[in-house]
Amino acid sequence: MATEPAEPADAATANGGDAAREGAALVTGASRGIGAACAARLAADGWPVGVNFRSDAEGAEKVVAAIEAAGGRAIALRGDVSDPEAAEPLFAELEEAFGPVMVLVNNAGVRADGLVSQIQDEQWDQVIDTNLSATFRTTRRALTPMLRARFGRIVNIASIVGVKANPGQANYAASKAGVIGMTKTIAAEVARRGVTVNAVSPGLVETELTEDVVAEMVKEIPARRAGTPEDVAACVGFLASEEASYVTGVTLTVDGGLSA
Amino acid sequence: MAAPTQEAVEEKVIDAIADLGPERSEITRDASFESLDIDSLDLVEMNQVVDEEFGVQIKGEDAQKLKTVGDAIDFIVARAE
Repeated sequence: MATEPAEPADAATANGGDAAREGAALVTGASRGIGAACAARLAADGWPVGVNFRSDAEGAEKVVAAIEAAGGRAIALRGDVSDPEAAEPLFAELEEAFGPVMVLVNNAGVRADGLVSQIQDEQWDQVIDTNLSATFRTTRRALTPMLRARFGRIVNIASIVGVKANPGQANYAASKAGVIGMTKTIAAEVARRGVTVNAVSPGLVETELTEDVVAEMVKEIPARRAGTPEDVAACVGFLASEEASYVTGVTLTVDGGLSA
Repeated sequence: MAAPTQEAVEEKVIDAIADLGPERSEITRDASFESLDIDSLDLVEMNQVVDEEFGVQIKGEDAQKLKTVGDAIDFIVARAE
């Protein structure tokens, strides 16, 4: 049973954010890393946030607690988005708490690396299901209220690996290239309703997902450092803002110059 | 749930289309979606209302065959039975 969050009457303006409209933001895979940073950023911009997690309930609760401590609103939402049945209860729970989802950040992602001859069907399916198919399903579910509201912001977390070779990640590359292609086409389908769909492509970002590769890759990055989850969240915050209403179908690369 | 009557479907469909912009007087059975300036995305929205009300989903390939308001009404009545 969640405790009643402290709700400043003017939470949106109190945070100086631009989420003056009704509704909520949903960030998938938000118990840590880039997702957690995106949740914090959107909450700071005034959105009540659904912090989705698959297994790390403790991490998600920490994200929620930090948002509430900063004067924002959030709830933790358990759900494995790679499950085709997961989207509906996830959205229903968030709608019940905070209203329709007007900002969706598809962040949940997994890696299962190996040279292509070593990748098993399970590793292929797992990566495609979580990174690509789940993004399709949550997007399809989110668009219903967004189209009616004549407003919506969908931001998909892609990767520079979606456009640039990275041996050992054929499955991951395929999933992220798929996300970029899907982003463009859905953006074109719904642009006339005030709904934007964009992707953010991080390069090397220091998270649990990448801790094994950071040291060896940093020397190849023009900025000479790995990115932070906050670097990515800043781009997501912009694309989710009112100001970005004429930006749709793009992939915003945030990689310290790695793919330049 | 009893199957909805032709009149009930007609009323709901016309309401849903009217919400999307066209003048109610122009929304007749023979009116084409094209003449009403109802596009594919409008039909998706109309379908949401119809689905909630009658439990009928208009899939992509079916939607392309619906050219007039009457086509949509007949389709929904047939599927709701």
